[in-house]
Amino acid sequence: MDLAPLWLSLKLSFIATFILLVIGLPLAYWLSKKNSIPKLILEAIITMPLVLPPSVLGFYLLLAFSPNSMLGKQLQTLFNVQLVFSFEGLIVASIIYSLPFMVSPIKSAFIHLPNSLSEASYTMGKSRVATFFHVLMPNIKSSILTAIVLTFAHTLGEFGVVLMIGGNIPGVTKVASISIYDSVERMDYASANYYSLILFSITFIIVITVFILNRHSAKSPLE
Amino acid sequence: MIVVDVKKKIKTYNGFNEFRLKASFAMAKTTKLYGPSGVGKTTLLKIIAGLIHPEEGIITVHNEVWLDTHKKICVPPQKREIGFVFQNYALFPNMTVEQHLRYGTQNSSYIQELLTLGEMVNFKKHKPQQLSGGQQQRLAILRALSTKPKILLMDEPFSALDNALKYNLMTNLKQLLTNLNTTCIVVTHHPFETEGFAENAIELS
Repeated sequence: MDLAPLWLSLKLSFIATFILLVIGLPLAYWLSKKNSIPKLILEAIITMPLVLPPSVLGFYLLLAFSPNSMLGKQLQTLFNVQLVFSFEGLIVASIIYSLPFMVSPIKSAFIHLPNSLSEASYTMGKSRVATFFHVLMPNIKSSILTAIVLTFAHTLGEFGVVLMIGGNIPGVTKVASISIYDSVERMDYASANYYSLILFSITFIIVITVFILNRHSAKSPLE
Repeated sequence: MIVVDVKKKIKTYNGFNEFRLKASFAMAKTTKLYGPSGVGKTTLLKIIAGLIHPEEGIITVHNEVWLDTHKKICVPPQKREIGFVFQNYALFPNMTVEQHLRYGTQNSSYIQELLTLGEMVNFKKHKPQQLSGGQQQRLAILRALSTKPKILLMDEPFSALDNALKYNLMTNLKQLLTNLNTTCIVVTHHPFETEGFAENAIELS
């Protein structure tokens, strides 16, 4: 049995989740502050992958990253990067596709923290950055954990966008979800079952872990 | 002398009201601010702290300008060297009593002094959710003192304390404020609550 698709899926999920955590924390904090029209428009764009069919998003990303497009040409010329049918392309697509799963729970948690917590820290002479790391972040850690798990699980199982951007290149872009589809097409149900069972188990283990770690939280463990 | 002359629109249950205050507070003294609910006592404390920005006005502290809306001067709260006791305490749920104080100072003997003053020595490893309302309120006061502020702003700081505890705390706190030469402005609903603690009084109406 070929384990490469599973490792590729896990590698993609780890990298995308790490990058999304770094981007998502400050972005969610910024979005949790006073609303303005440009901020609402940006938030709507970030939320779009939640409701948009993955094939639609994948199709437009394919057009945008294609070597014939302006963006694709520039990436090729300036950085010698080709995002279509490459692992790097899968990472970029996953970041766009999974961004709302990282941002939404963290933003919601920031909104529910009383303003007086940061105000108390400011009156003690602490900067915004110190307040963010010492007061705000530790008090929303259950939401951060939830966001990490949701993002990881969502990236692990993504299919439509990955297929559109990456195709089905063994060892490069053929992740586990595509291997399942591929196996079913070849009527190889044993392989399809093998990949499915492993993805099911991984997802179940991480979701149950979040429920256990967040069991003392007053809200639902996935909020 | 702290001189405040500010105008701020505040939202009340009647809609927006314009809040206008012109007052001065003596340095190294304690002044109580009292008046009916919704008159703007908390807003005034937050304006002095730099947590709320008035539409118009000036605040000077010992001839140093903290706020001048015409000249666009606004010293951030971090630079004002204040301590603030919030009405809802605003304690950090992730920190123990001791960690709250260590967040403000690294001076262990001063932390011990504060814990003794607030009768909190036995609770130093407790987190806020493990403390009673009175203990939380005392912790809020001790945390505000941990940075040795020049000005201590307290919003209803003794409301959850029983009389004996309140009397002890006010006596010890008064001594500490005198030693630190700290100016204190305390908001209270009941003008007699801070009898013997505040030398001056201002009624907002």
